[in-house]
Amino acid sequence: MIDLAYTGKADEKTIKDSFADVLRGLFAEDPDVIYLDADLMNSMGTYKLSKEFPDRCIDCGIQEANMVGVAAGASALGKKPYVHTFGPFAGRRCYDQVFISVGYAKNNVRIIGSDAGVTAAYNGGTHMPFEDIALYRAIPEAMIIDVTDQTQFDAAIRQTKDRPGVTYIRCPRKNCTKVYGPGTEFEFGKANVLREGSDCAVIACGIMVAEALKAAELLEAEGIHIVVIDAVTVKPLDTETVLSYAKSCKAIVTAENATVIGGLGSAVCECVADSCPTIVKRVGVQDLYGEVGDVGYLKERFGLTAETIGAKVKEAIRAKEGR
Amino acid sequence: MTDLEKLAVRIRIAEMKCFKKRGFGHVGGSLSIVDTLAALYGKLMKYDPTNPQWEGRDYLVMSKGHCGPGLYAALAVEGFFPEEWLMTLNEPRTKLPSHCDKNLTPGIDMSTGSLGQGASTSAGMALAAKLNGQENKVFCILGDGECDEGQVWEMLLFAAARKLNNYVVFVDYNYKQLDGSTDDVLPLGDLRAKFEAFGWYAVDVNGNDPDAVANAVETGFAQNGDRPIAVVLHTKKGFGVDFIEEMEFNHHITLTEEEADRAIGQLERRLTND
Repeated sequence: MIDLAYTGKADEKTIKDSFADVLRGLFAEDPDVIYLDADLMNSMGTYKLSKEFPDRCIDCGIQEANMVGVAAGASALGKKPYVHTFGPFAGRRCYDQVFISVGYAKNNVRIIGSDAGVTAAYNGGTHMPFEDIALYRAIPEAMIIDVTDQTQFDAAIRQTKDRPGVTYIRCPRKNCTKVYGPGTEFEFGKANVLREGSDCAVIACGIMVAEALKAAELLEAEGIHIVVIDAVTVKPLDTETVLSYAKSCKAIVTAENATVIGGLGSAVCECVADSCPTIVKRVGVQDLYGEVGDVGYLKERFGLTAETIGAKVKEAIRAKEGR
Repeated sequence: MTDLEKLAVRIRIAEMKCFKKRGFGHVGGSLSIVDTLAALYGKLMKYDPTNPQWEGRDYLVMSKGHCGPGLYAALAVEGFFPEEWLMTLNEPRTKLPSHCDKNLTPGIDMSTGSLGQGASTSAGMALAAKLNGQENKVFCILGDGECDEGQVWEMLLFAAARKLNNYVVFVDYNYKQLDGSTDDVLPLGDLRAKFEAFGWYAVDVNGNDPDAVANAVETGFAQNGDRPIAVVLHTKKGFGVDFIEEMEFNHHITLTEEEADRAIGQLERRLTND
């Protein structure tokens, strides 16, 4: 069930404020849950928790590769590790360790990469992960959740506790635009259809879901009715939902806070190319490195806005009509 | 010969039969580490070959995963699986791949092959054993060339900080890596001193003497306090087969049936002449 709470306003609670509370709940529920970080507990709101649970909150220092390996080894003895670092390091810095020590070896680790895409803001280009979705997509059987808001983040943390293999949870740390109300029941691996329409389906993930909902309102005023879908998991992609709307709308726009190379747009293109060739336009970062700035500036800079989505929707509709 | 020395020779014979069938492989390092495997399976480790997943067992991570064939030979000799399996090394759908795989081979506790990673996974196992209140010990075998990897040094800091005194890391210091001597490629220097500087209980030992290896570990556990244990194994790459020891490059070699038979003959004579 989806409890849609989008009004364009921000979440009451940041993801970083929520994380420690969710972990505390999991610690109480399951003695095997542990949490490892690479000297970013203060950044992710878990420092106080680490003082409450010094054995179960393990600060590894600034060594992401070892941290992932330690988590993998602990998993082999029955532990259920959650690992956090910033997204660029969760992707690039320890990719081989995630691939081999976790994935190939069939260990079970949840990796949280924070500061997704442009939300790295003032940390700039070195810290701005546009490529992490593409990297994790190439890991067999990995699950990738690009978090939409704090409600979805909490559910992602809780509901993946016992998931085998590699689970990558990509999220902002600060306020998201609220999309989901507390009554939402998430099924990770299934997309959420948030708004029905007929002219074009916008499939978004992460912070671009709220932009897509805003685009739907802007387009509605122009008489264009779009479907808005939260992919929830970029991998596995809910191909059943994608193909259903490919058939009914005959035009798709994807939107992601990441490079269009290898991300959600690529996944949707691969899906429709295989089974139902359909016009697809992709909103996302166009083969560029990140840069420093506030989130508003960066969204404009990289075209991650409702207005860009609206323009791409019109392009897609023109293309399907042969104009 | 002592019982452990005899076990080491038997493991080497099984290993050379395995390489004879395949005709090539990571022979040098699979031979140099055998005396440590004899110490582990002949004396130091708790295990049950009829129940490889026994929860009371001690764990071994062969971080230099390319030396899987040496470990497979030890596991076969100890009865984890029939020795005939050794004839299937690297065959399609084999249970014995070139590099260790915990999901394929009974007795293999961690998949390894990407060097440096077994350091961290074994440290994670030692950490989990302590968190679980288990008595199990965790052993890890690193190659000397593997110590070029930064991840090893990350783990060394971490294991000392977490006081993993249930944890033993061996380094097979045979002074050779793929491209030549470790001194020529990337000098490692005094590894024992480096480990001590990282806060470990560390000791040098003749790594081709299984009794000395076993004694070093037992002494280590009596003296390490809250420190993890590092045992620097001074070994000869290819140890136990004279003409392989003498090769300049013996990391990965081809082996004719005649050469393998020569090696097996040498080793069998050591047992019969004892």
